[in-house]
Amino acid sequence: MTTSTSLVYLIALPLLGATILLLAGRRSDKWGHLLATALSASSFGVGLYQLSQMLNRPTEERGVSQKLFSWISVGSFNVDAGLLLDQLSICFVLLITGVGTLIHIYSISYMSHDENRRRFFAYLNLFIAAMLLLVLGDSYLNLYVGWEGVGLASYLLIGFWNQKPAYATASKKAFVMNRVGDMGLSFAIMIAFATLGTVSFSGVEEASHTASKAALTAIGIMLLVAATGKSAQFPLQAWLGDAMAGPTPVSALIHAATMVTAGVYLIVRSNFIFDAAPTAQLLVVIVGAITLMFGALVGTAKDDIKKALAASTMSQIGYMVLGAGLGPAGYAFAIMHLLTHGFFKAGMFLGAGSVMHGMNDQVDMRRYGALRKFMPITFITFGLGYLAIIGVPPFAGFYSKDAIIETAFNAGGVKGILLGGTALLGAAITAFYMTRVMVLTFTSKERWEDNQHPHESPILMWLPMAILAIGSVTTGFLFTRGHALVNWLSPVVGEHAESEEMLLQPMVVSGLALLAVAIGVAIAVMKYQRADVETVAPQNVSIFTRIARKDLMQDSFNEAVFMRPGQALTSLLVKGDENVVDGAVRGIGRTALGAGASLRKTQTGFARSYAALILIGAIALIAGIWVVTQ
Amino acid sequence: MNPYNYLYVSALLFTIGAVGVVVRRNAIVVFMCVELMLNAANLTLVTFSRINGTLDGQVVAFFTMVVAACEVVVGLAIIVTIYRSRRSASVDDASLLKR
Repeated sequence: MTTSTSLVYLIALPLLGATILLLAGRRSDKWGHLLATALSASSFGVGLYQLSQMLNRPTEERGVSQKLFSWISVGSFNVDAGLLLDQLSICFVLLITGVGTLIHIYSISYMSHDENRRRFFAYLNLFIAAMLLLVLGDSYLNLYVGWEGVGLASYLLIGFWNQKPAYATASKKAFVMNRVGDMGLSFAIMIAFATLGTVSFSGVEEASHTASKAALTAIGIMLLVAATGKSAQFPLQAWLGDAMAGPTPVSALIHAATMVTAGVYLIVRSNFIFDAAPTAQLLVVIVGAITLMFGALVGTAKDDIKKALAASTMSQIGYMVLGAGLGPAGYAFAIMHLLTHGFFKAGMFLGAGSVMHGMNDQVDMRRYGALRKFMPITFITFGLGYLAIIGVPPFAGFYSKDAIIETAFNAGGVKGILLGGTALLGAAITAFYMTRVMVLTFTSKERWEDNQHPHESPILMWLPMAILAIGSVTTGFLFTRGHALVNWLSPVVGEHAESEEMLLQPMVVSGLALLAVAIGVAIAVMKYQRADVETVAPQNVSIFTRIARKDLMQDSFNEAVFMRPGQALTSLLVKGDENVVDGAVRGIGRTALGAGASLRKTQTGFARSYAALILIGAIALIAGIWVVTQ
Repeated sequence: MNPYNYLYVSALLFTIGAVGVVVRRNAIVVFMCVELMLNAANLTLVTFSRINGTLDGQVVAFFTMVVAACEVVVGLAIIVTIYRSRRSASVDDASLLKR
């Protein structure tokens, strides 16, 4: 494999930015945001340079590695801190640094009134560095460092406005739920070390040919747990909605385009494990299918524009996980949907931020309406993202989502019909709730609060939105032209032989998907464009709507099943600690005190009684010796 | 004469001294009883020296006499000082250390 010495700059540049901004403190308030943006952009430049180098090499030599230092060296177990840039990582590197830089630019304007803008940019740079380490690490252990790093950055950024207790709680919730997933990843690493004796990607891939199926299944399931935590998949999905407490650029970068897709990266990177462990792979598709429906259903009931988009993110990542669980046929499509989603969802989040910017931070879509006239650029960029996500040809989402639905249908047997049907239904619901967002925000009648004067955002904000909108129009076409992305990724994720028998022809699937989308759009238009929308969410609604508004009872479920028993267990342990452990220690103390108190009574202060005691003692001693020696 | 008789005398003297220390209140008397016990011990040492035909016991007896002389000096000084300040030579009155 080719080695390179410049990979480390990808990570080092944003890390340098974070270090400088955090250490320099308030002194860097004036120029901190510019430095952070410049370093993020230069990291993107390094990424482009690496891509051009990679394109110049023949296919089998495209992977590049760099050994940084020897990290762990214990007996026969060696882990190097090493980086690996191959066809899969370069996609992520360009997405992270490219979209990341655009969001840096956007944030310069969006956060300009915040006195802590410099700290915000420091965290953003920290996130970029950690995320790059995650996708560049050449072993599970290196990946784990980045994995924890993005968790930290996410925590810091969700709770950026931690003066509001609800926001601080949201960041804590995200962190704790992520820990559950992280535990899965650390278990996977431990099992890999115990059974395969190695944790590097290449080593595990080699060992996976001969390893026992049980071990691979265990590793696969633990990796899936890790992915569900980081990517907000069922059953660890509850944190994503609350994570919208963070500033909107954070939601766009971390909770839509990059960090939440780390789980998909993990599954695709571990393709050799999942290919050899069908049970784990089946669980992956089940999790993906459940989550895509879950997110879509929650999305239909949310009035908060960011939470609606968050539910949509969850659902779209469900599609990616579903694709990744379909084996070699789906890996490339999962990554393709991930990349297109990175463009259109980041663009839509930035659009939502732009709307909030113009509407005094109002997030309730029931108080929007008719913003098309006042924010034309936001309307157009958001609209292009909207067309991409619901899957209208020739926008990006059409190509990527259609490919996943088609692969799901062709998975074979009942499984294929179930998965394909779910994906198709999800597409219809996606069309419904995204049209609802679009109509409520931009086209229906004005329902503003008093004193609101919507206006278009400055160029620093709309320019990134426009670039992302261009991406959401073109990327799908570019990726699928001549199977470009599929062929590009095949050395990493494995070739997929075209199956002769197809349940449904691609044209039929596309037709069905478009029909589903049309139905979803039509229902939403009838319901929200034609009819008047109330400014306060109506309460006399069906039980299903109420459940959907409460995120399908995810918090109630977690509280009833995990939190309360956990609290009961903790208080039981506290009682046990107080009564048994502390009780034993206090008992020893009390015994000593009591013994001392009773012995003290012999200390009368009278010299004669002491003399008598000494005498009695001496007599007793002599008598004892006499008895023993006789 | 049977040397064991000296041991009986010494035991008798020691017992008288010990009982005196425990039952008498006057510090001077208690002090004299202590001297009695010391000398009883001396007598025992010298007797055993005689029985065994060695000089060890006699040597130790000299040490005891020296210690007893020192004790008399210090002890009498304390008793006189206490008597001056408290107008009493009772050992039971000097029980302040308990508090």
